[in-house]
Formats: sequence, C-alpha cells, structure tokens
Amino acid sequence: MSAAAAGRTDRTLNNPRSTVNRLSAEDVTLAYDQRVIAEQLSVEIPDNSFTVIVGPNACGKSTLLRALSRMLKPSQGRVLLDGQVIQSMPAKKVARTLGLLPQSSIAPDGITVGDLVGRGRYPHQGLLRQWSTEDERVVQESMAQTGVAELADRYVDELSGGQRQRVWIAMALAQQTPLLLLDEPTTYLDIQHQIDVLDLCAELHEEQGRTLVAVLHDLNHAARYATHLIALKGGSVIAEGAPNDIVTAELVEEVFGLHCQVIDDPETGTPLVVPAARKARAVVREAS
Amino acid sequence: MKTNRAERSPRANRAVRTPGGLSVRLDVRAFVVVLLLLAAALAASVVLIGTGDFPIPAGDVLKTLMGDGNAGQEFIVNELRLPRVLVGLLVGASLGLGGALFQAVSRNPLGSPDILGLGQGATAGALTVIVLFSGSAGEVTVGALVGGLGAGLAIYLLAWKQGVHGYRLVLVGIGVSAILTAVNGYLLTKSTITEAAQAVVWMTGSLSGRDWEQVWPLLWLCAVLVPLVLGNARALRMMEMGDDVSNALGVRVERTRALLMVAAVLLTATATAAAGPVSFVALTAPQLARRLTRSPGPNLLPSLCMGAALLVAADLLSQKVFGADQMPVGVVTGVLGGVYLLWLLVTERKAGRI
Repeated sequence: MSAAAAGRTDRTLNNPRSTVNRLSAEDVTLAYDQRVIAEQLSVEIPDNSFTVIVGPNACGKSTLLRALSRMLKPSQGRVLLDGQVIQSMPAKKVARTLGLLPQSSIAPDGITVGDLVGRGRYPHQGLLRQWSTEDERVVQESMAQTGVAELADRYVDELSGGQRQRVWIAMALAQQTPLLLLDEPTTYLDIQHQIDVLDLCAELHEEQGRTLVAVLHDLNHAARYATHLIALKGGSVIAEGAPNDIVTAELVEEVFGLHCQVIDDPETGTPLVVPAARKARAVVREAS
Repeated sequence: MKTNRAERSPRANRAVRTPGGLSVRLDVRAFVVVLLLLAAALAASVVLIGTGDFPIPAGDVLKTLMGDGNAGQEFIVNELRLPRVLVGLLVGASLGLGGALFQAVSRNPLGSPDILGLGQGATAGALTVIVLFSGSAGEVTVGALVGGLGAGLAIYLLAWKQGVHGYRLVLVGIGVSAILTAVNGYLLTKSTITEAAQAVVWMTGSLSGRDWEQVWPLLWLCAVLVPLVLGNARALRMMEMGDDVSNALGVRVERTRALLMVAAVLLTATATAAAGPVSFVALTAPQLARRLTRSPGPNLLPSLCMGAALLVAADLLSQKVFGADQMPVGVVTGVLGGVYLLWLLVTERKAGRI
C-alpha cells in the first residue's frame, strides 16, 4: 500500500499540470438528483492521448464521461473545453470539437447505414447548407475507415452487433471532432469484435492524432491500448498515468479489491493482470 | 443548380446544390408523395364542394373558386361549402402534423394525442360548457380548447417532465384519458336530452355547419406553427436517435422538445376545438405517410398532407355513402383508423416490438 502511495506522489511531481489541455474537469461534484457520485473530482485529458478510464462498477466512470461530454451538468465545479465552460458554449460548436459515442444508442426504424453515418454531419450543417459535397466526402471517408462502406445501403437493424458498433463509430467520426469520447464501446461484443473496435480506436488515435477518451471494463484491454490511464474508485482518482507506470498488483488490489499478479503481456509488454487463484485469494482474505 | 446522384450515395442523402455552396436535402420519393397527397387532398376538396343537396360539377366549382361562377353557385360555394372544406383541410393537417410530432418525440406510434387523452380533455371542456353553462357554439370551442390544453399540461407534468420514456408516457396518457372519459360520462348523465344530443354530435367530430369563423383561427395558427415546426425538423430527426446522441450532435434537446410539444398540443387542441375529437387521424396519418415515403425520420410534411387528405377523403366518403350531413366525419375516420390500428398492432407484434 505505502509503495503505491509513494509512487503516486512521484507521478504527481513528475507530471506538473502546467500545460493547458483542451478538455478538463475542475473540482466537479457530480450527482443525479440527490445521489452524489463524485465530489471535488479533477481530471485532465492529455491532448493527443488515448485516455482510458477504468474502475469497479458504480465508481463514477461513465458519470465522469457524461460530465466531460456535457450530458451531465456538474452541481459544483466546471468542465472546461478549450478554456471555456462547456455548458456556456454554443451546442453546435461543442459538437464540432467533441464527439460522444454513448453506451446505448437507438437506430431509427428502417434507417440505412449511409443515412445514419450522414447524421453525424449535423453540427456542420444549417438550414441552407443541408448536404454539401464536403458532407458527402467525409461520410464516405468515415465509412471507409471503419470498414462499413460496402454496407452503406443496408438497414442498420439487419447488421450484427460488431458491424453496428462500427457504424455508430463511423457516425461519430463523420462529426470530425478532434476529441472523441466513447462510453464502453466494447460492451456486448464478442472478443474478436472487442479487439476489432479497440484496434480501430488505436488507429484513429495514432494515425489521425485524435484525442480519445474511453470507458472500458476490461483492465487488460485498457492497459494494452491506453496511452494514459485513469483509475477511479468511489468517485476519486486513485492513480493516473501511463499503464506501464501505474498498473501494479497493489493498485489493482486497491481499486478493484482483487488479489492478483501483474505480469508483462507477452505480446505487447504492457501490464497484464492475472487474478490470483481462488484458494490463494481465500488465504489472503483470512490473513487480513 | 444540379441534382447530385453520386453512385454510392444513399437514397436519403441526395441534395440540390447551388454554386454558392448552399445545399438542400432532397428525398425524391418523399417529395413526390407530398405532391401526390396535396393533389389528392385538393381534388377531394373540389369534389366535396360540389357534393350536397345542390350538386355542382367540378368544373363549375373551379370556375366559381376562380371568381367567375353565377351568383347562386357563388353563394353555395364560397359561403357554405368552401369554409367547411377548408376547416376539414386545416384540421386534418393540424392533426397529422401534431400526431407526427407526438410520435417522433415519444418514439412510439402509440404516443399519439388520441391515446394520450387530449381528445378526451377537449371533450370534457366542451361538455362542461354545454351541460353546466349551456354555452353558445363559440363558448363550446373555447371550452374544448382549454380542456385540450389542460390535458396536454397534465400529461406533461405527470409523464414528460423527467424526460419521455416510451411506454410510461402511453400508460400515463391512458390513465388520464380513462379519468376524463369517466368525467365525460358523468357530465352526459347530468345533461338534458337536447344537451346530450348536441354533445354527442360534438364528441364524434363533425364538419357540418363549420364556416369562416372556424377557418381564420386555424389558418393563423397553422401559418405560425407550421414553419416553426418544419424549421426544427432536422433537429427532430436527430432526436430519434436518443437524447445522448442528439445532444452530442449539438441539438438542444430539452429546448427543442419543449418547443415542439407546445406546438403539437396547440395544433391538436385547436383542431379538436374546431371540429371535435376527429378520431385516429393523428395516429394514422404519420404511420401511413411513413409507409408511403419509406423514409426514416419524422416525415412531418408528408404527415401533414396525409392528415389533410385523409380527413377530406373521409368526409367525402361519408357524404357520398350516407348523404349530406348524415354521418359525422369522426365516425368514418374512427372506423378506418381503428382497423388500421389493429393492423399496426398485429404487424408490430410480428416484428417483435410490442
């Protein structure tokens, strides 16, 4: 425990918050009605990072993402986008800078892939600028990037879960935002499609220099893909930094209450969390 | 100007563009549907004007409308039958548009004013005036308007305030409409036989005896609300994808929703005040329009045209089959709409959605 705490102090020292990042939350209190999820929470999203937020269920990770994407207004504190309070900015202007792929989205009945992706162009359009050649080009490009171009004329309801998620990501891409927030983009997908979606995210981050923020459940996926990891518990940041620097057995124990080993991922060298065997965990529980 | 037809461009994404960089989305099929529905509504109107105790051929009707008919025809057309048909067109258009708005915002075909009890609210208002105050026709209209707006407000407070949640809205609406039906039943038992007769005619929804007095308020309201609503149509299209996605796309969801709901309640309540609760037009018009355009989205303009065409066609049917002013138009739309609703429920069940 003490080692983890010391490590945290070091990280804070090594990582002074002098540079101004585009998106940050300052001392926010997040609550649904009377239920407070987080108090005095401050988070910076480093520019050009692939930031992943992890933490146990109900730790406030999705709530934080909702606050960062202005879906939830903090009851105290503020979320800043390019130095401005996000709530005070014109809605369409925010939508041209910051995109969000929510956890559950509804595809309208009988909508085609092309039409759905096209709807991502809304913040760039107006009453007399409803469908420009630029819109057309960006939609084609977004569909090509996500590998759904050949599905353009298919109905969204006929697609598989993995394809559908790609289509929604294509819609978010068509929005052409430098910042993209994804709330559990891999939920309900099988392992192959999970990796597929994460590869796509890494590509968007590396090749296009977009800043990505994702909430993920799987710690190993987070450690493998994130360039910046934020570990939340009970509405507070327990640790943040590069996965190689912060993912330790102690941290996993502290955040998730899981006794485990952290080894090097044989494929990527990133931390790989291996939960301890059931019996070993029982011994630990007795000892403590 | 050129029409863009890029080979891979999905159907709904065609656009008309000017060299100056302006562009307007054009869904060709929806556009054609709107034109055909308008033509159908106008043709039915002309035939309807010619129908009655003094039949007038369609050619003469058109001539009279242009201003060169004979004096007798001019009186019948311009003073008696034209306002009645105009009320029919405007009521149908308002109900069609109001229904499309309700259904789009609640994302549920059952989230229509008929099911939600707006009609019952208007009826309660009208019956109160008829039975308790023996009011004039004008006062009955005001009572109906107040009743309809009141029901709209009640539903908003009970179900809408925390954000619409599909079936919750429908269930609250059914509850509200059950209470109002009970109130209406009570008022009817308290009434004299003449009041009851007047009330029942009003309750079925009828166009008979409507004149210019009913046309003007409806026309003004539509002149203000229709452009306002259509101006927000693109935002409404985005709202179909849920509050989160539309918020993320830069739609001011709460504001747009409140604005459109106020417009929908006003349209529905005013239409109901003018012609009585003409049943099922608000429910069926948007659904029929959507099936004709085969386009996702709220289909606002097609629904409006469909409502107008449906109501005038139903009135024409009732006049042709049962004779002039024998059968209120609400009976015909009720039968047609009821059959359609059953069909909808059966097919939705097959699609696994209900």
